[in-house]
Amino acid sequence: MTVPGSGQAVVSAAGLQKSFGRVHVLNDLDLEIQPGESVGMLGPNGAGKTTLLRVLATLSKLDSGSVAVNGHDLIRAPEEARRTTGVVMHAPMLYQDLTARENLEFHAGMYRIADGARRIRDAAGVLGVADRLDDRVRNLSHGLQKRVALARALLHRPRLLLLDEPDAGLDQSSLAVLVSVLAAQRADGGSTLLVTHNLERSIEMCDRILMLAGGRVVADARTVDVDLPGLRASYTRLTGGA
Amino acid sequence: MRAFPARTIWLALTAGLMGLTLWLIFIWVPTESNLGEVQRALYFHVPVAILALGAIVLVAIGSVGFLITNRPRWDWFAHASAETGVVVGALALITGSIWARPIWNVWWTWDAKLTTTLILWFIFIGYLMLRAYAPPGRQGARLAAILGVIGAIDAPIIYYAADLWRTAHPGRVTGPGADGSLESEMLLTLLVSSIAVFSAFAYMLVERYRVRKSEADVIELGRRIQMAHSEVSGPATGALKAMSKG
Amino acid sequence: MGALGPLLTIARKDFLLELRNRDILVSLVVFAMLVLIIFNFAIELTAVNLDALGPGILWVAIAFAGVIGLNRTFVLEKDHDALDGLMLAPVSRDTIFLGKALGSMGFILLSELVIFPVFAALFGVDILRLETLAVALLASLGLAAAGTVFGAMAVSTRSREIMLPVLFLPVISPVLIGAVEATARVASGASWSAVSQWLQIIAVFDLVFVVAGVLLFQYVLED
Repeated sequence: MTVPGSGQAVVSAAGLQKSFGRVHVLNDLDLEIQPGESVGMLGPNGAGKTTLLRVLATLSKLDSGSVAVNGHDLIRAPEEARRTTGVVMHAPMLYQDLTARENLEFHAGMYRIADGARRIRDAAGVLGVADRLDDRVRNLSHGLQKRVALARALLHRPRLLLLDEPDAGLDQSSLAVLVSVLAAQRADGGSTLLVTHNLERSIEMCDRILMLAGGRVVADARTVDVDLPGLRASYTRLTGGA
Repeated sequence: MRAFPARTIWLALTAGLMGLTLWLIFIWVPTESNLGEVQRALYFHVPVAILALGAIVLVAIGSVGFLITNRPRWDWFAHASAETGVVVGALALITGSIWARPIWNVWWTWDAKLTTTLILWFIFIGYLMLRAYAPPGRQGARLAAILGVIGAIDAPIIYYAADLWRTAHPGRVTGPGADGSLESEMLLTLLVSSIAVFSAFAYMLVERYRVRKSEADVIELGRRIQMAHSEVSGPATGALKAMSKG
Repeated sequence: MGALGPLLTIARKDFLLELRNRDILVSLVVFAMLVLIIFNFAIELTAVNLDALGPGILWVAIAFAGVIGLNRTFVLEKDHDALDGLMLAPVSRDTIFLGKALGSMGFILLSELVIFPVFAALFGVDILRLETLAVALLASLGLAAAGTVFGAMAVSTRSREIMLPVLFLPVISPVLIGAVEATARVASGASWSAVSQWLQIIAVFDLVFVVAGVLLFQYVLED
């Protein structure tokens, strides 16, 4: 699945193993993602999707295997890898009693972003949260918290976006914002790896689709080669549905 | 005729040595003239007290090894050492109390060595509680390893503080130490009992390590079965075919 | 600035959060006060034993209150996985350790600013001297450094309310011994050399635990 002529891979992972006690979540998983690729990840619960994202985000440590993100080995150079990665997980990962602006300022400080105030204003504008920046995160709706979380993930202009079900529970306007963010990321030559359970949306938003089961990639295809009924059939088969 | 496994021979030898030790301590060795019968507790107390301190070093070695290499065998070793350490630590505290009662006229005295042993024993207990409450797998092992390292580097500071504290409060009981020269029979008894106790400690340690290893083997076997199963039922090829057009 | 930037950013964030909900300082101070009051009834204090017992009561109160406060800081970090967000920042784990420890040290010192005068007034022990500042600074650093490691450990276990004191209290015993003895000598007007002997123990502990925290914190955080 390599794109000929492209430079260094954004994600290059080989032989990933991760278990929690008796449960083997990643089972010898290999993955390559090229610059500019938008990759959707599908699979039944417990397939290892979230764990893979956490590993790539350096939140979880591998038992064995090797990963590099944007050319930075996650064990030897985790800080450099983190600098080029933006992450939105299920939880907003925001301090609930700080305002959205304070949360973003905090992260701008952690990333040592010089023009933090301007970037926060820009990101808030793109995500449509400019007028709610001074509200405490606790008082924002789920969709708005997701947008602030996205703003935080985009603040340092990551080459790789990792999104865990970014579309879950979003209303139409928040979804539209998400789609435009993904489009902008692609236009800038950045890559995205996102988990979703919505098959239509995965075809719509991504140009490559992975299926995970039992901690491994069991299917990998370009979106142009995939049609919805075929995708649905194999997804149903994997998740064990009727 | 099958040969006995080495472990069985080891166990038998240890048991024999223990028997010999008991005979030496209670029948053969002469009573110490100053301290009386209770001095016999010393033959047991000295080796278990050494092992209690030694165990925390072993836990630390296993912990550092695990943190650096991330290999489970170091963690099994650290965990087994902690479990065995709790046992010898408890024995050291109990035999120490038996010793202290007639000599110092109290069951307990806040002597620097005893205090340090007691606090370290609580750190061992914390280690085992942490293993029970921490998430399973490597995260729990890592957390325990951190405590293992901290316990070992904290031990000398605790001793130093307890020692200084002891000298600052001279009003409390201090008794005669076990100073003075040991006679040759006593020395021999101490030597034999030390070998017996060390051997028993090492045996327990190895057995606990083997149990940990077996548990890990079972889990690994489960993983292989899970993988083999997913290959047989093969959603991989099916999914790929179904996903592609035509 | 240099590496200090993100470190101070973390500590400042903790103070900003504290300004909003006052969780940590209130629980620290209120709990410590309650311990002081309970001890007042539990132990018959006389003019004779006051200087000997008073400092012990004071530091038991601070250590127990510290457990509660340290627990709170990590509960706040775990809320909505904010700690994961912190871990995504491109700084090393030891920066996170130092930032959190600095913030916690600040909270412990601030609470002592209230607890010490109240203790001096309630028990009539004369500890409001310049030397007490040295004791408070060194002891608070040690409590914060050890507490940050164990707080982060305990928060990822089941029943963290039990795990933090079980891990924390035996390990910090040298700090308690040193702080109690040093405070007692300050209260009885002993010479600086008599005080500093005890401060040395705490200083050694501080040094060892700051270094240990820097080296070990990376293993605490990853799951």
